[in-house]
Amino acid sequence: MVDALFEFLLRQGDNALVLGHRMSEWCGVAPALEEDIALANTALDLIGQTQLWLGYAAEVEDAGRSANDLAFRREVYDFKNLLMLEVPNEDFGRTLMRQFLFDAFQVPWLTALQASSDQRVADIAAKSLKEALCHLDRSQETVVALGDGTQESNARMKDALDFLWPYVGEMFADDAVDQAIAEAGVAPLPSTLREAHRATVKAAFRAAALTLPEGDFAHKGGRTGFRHTEHLGHMLATMQILQRSYPGATW
Amino acid sequence: MVAAEALTEAQIWAWLEDVPDPEIPVISVVDLGVVRGVAIDGDTAKITITPTYSGCPAMAIIALDIETALAKRGVEKLEIATKIAPAWTTDWLSDKGRARLEGYGIAPPRPAGGPERCPHCRSADVERVSQFGSTPCKAQWRCRSCLEPFDYFKCI
Ligand SMILES: [Zn+2]
Repeated sequence: MVDALFEFLLRQGDNALVLGHRMSEWCGVAPALEEDIALANTALDLIGQTQLWLGYAAEVEDAGRSANDLAFRREVYDFKNLLMLEVPNEDFGRTLMRQFLFDAFQVPWLTALQASSDQRVADIAAKSLKEALCHLDRSQETVVALGDGTQESNARMKDALDFLWPYVGEMFADDAVDQAIAEAGVAPLPSTLREAHRATVKAAFRAAALTLPEGDFAHKGGRTGFRHTEHLGHMLATMQILQRSYPGATW
Repeated sequence: MVAAEALTEAQIWAWLEDVPDPEIPVISVVDLGVVRGVAIDGDTAKITITPTYSGCPAMAIIALDIETALAKRGVEKLEIATKIAPAWTTDWLSDKGRARLEGYGIAPPRPAGGPERCPHCRSADVERVSQFGSTPCKAQWRCRSCLEPFDYFKCI
């Protein structure tokens, strides 16, 4: 159970960390000042959540590693984030579409985790949920505004959705870790959230003049660490360079 | 210098009222509701604080400011712990804090999800510019009467 719990916590923390880092890449280069601030604040929330999840993961592992060690000293294949979160931002449309697809999962997921048999998990979920609700409000609103915007913005959102949709299925692909975690009452099986997610995105896409793509092919391997995309290594090279060059450096 | 024996919880609370929030210095860390507990254990003052948002970068500064302020009053032994549950809510903002926010030009939070009025001219004719403002806890709004932009302290 300790192994499953550690793995589960890494998955939560790595999702927040990898998406948080991707969002932070917009800092200073977003299309408008308000968007720049919004993206950076979203990144900040996610990095804060990362500290909570990886901090607890480090305690559970009990091997002398800290949240910082887990974030900055692990290799690509030790990361347990969803593949969707590590692919490059591409453009503003894809960035917001990805955020929306993730937020639409994260809100019901964190809501359910508040009832976890593990009190620490429940506490972190309750704290993170408040932020996730703000993120969902915004990403949903922006997806609708851009989808139902100009011909150009609609085309870009359609491209973004076509690109990202094959990554959505990984969120709901249960494995042995999920089974062990569910049996212990720590979290529900991710597959049980598929319908709630589908309802949220379907309603938004209707308002956004976008069509839910057909097909349920899913790229997998991120949350199990089996196979990441080529992009995560490049991202980590940037994110981890300081701790790689000067191990243990502090402010 | 205050002898450690003379320390009381009420005294510590009163001193903390003088520690400003680093990002909104018109309100104290007590007004903001981030101080969740004060206890005296022997000659040690134990203070519990909670972050507004999980990534709040001000937490380290808040802890340092508390330490500095209490050291000046002669408190030598201090332990500051952070806890995240129950999660911080804008319900914990004091009435004094809310009034001071508005005086400073930041509309205080409301469960309705938006500001009651412009903190500059008091007009109720206001519109949202962006859900995120200069810090995670604020959103950007604009007054249609006086045309001034202003921060709104989000209700969470
Ligand atoms: Zn006004």
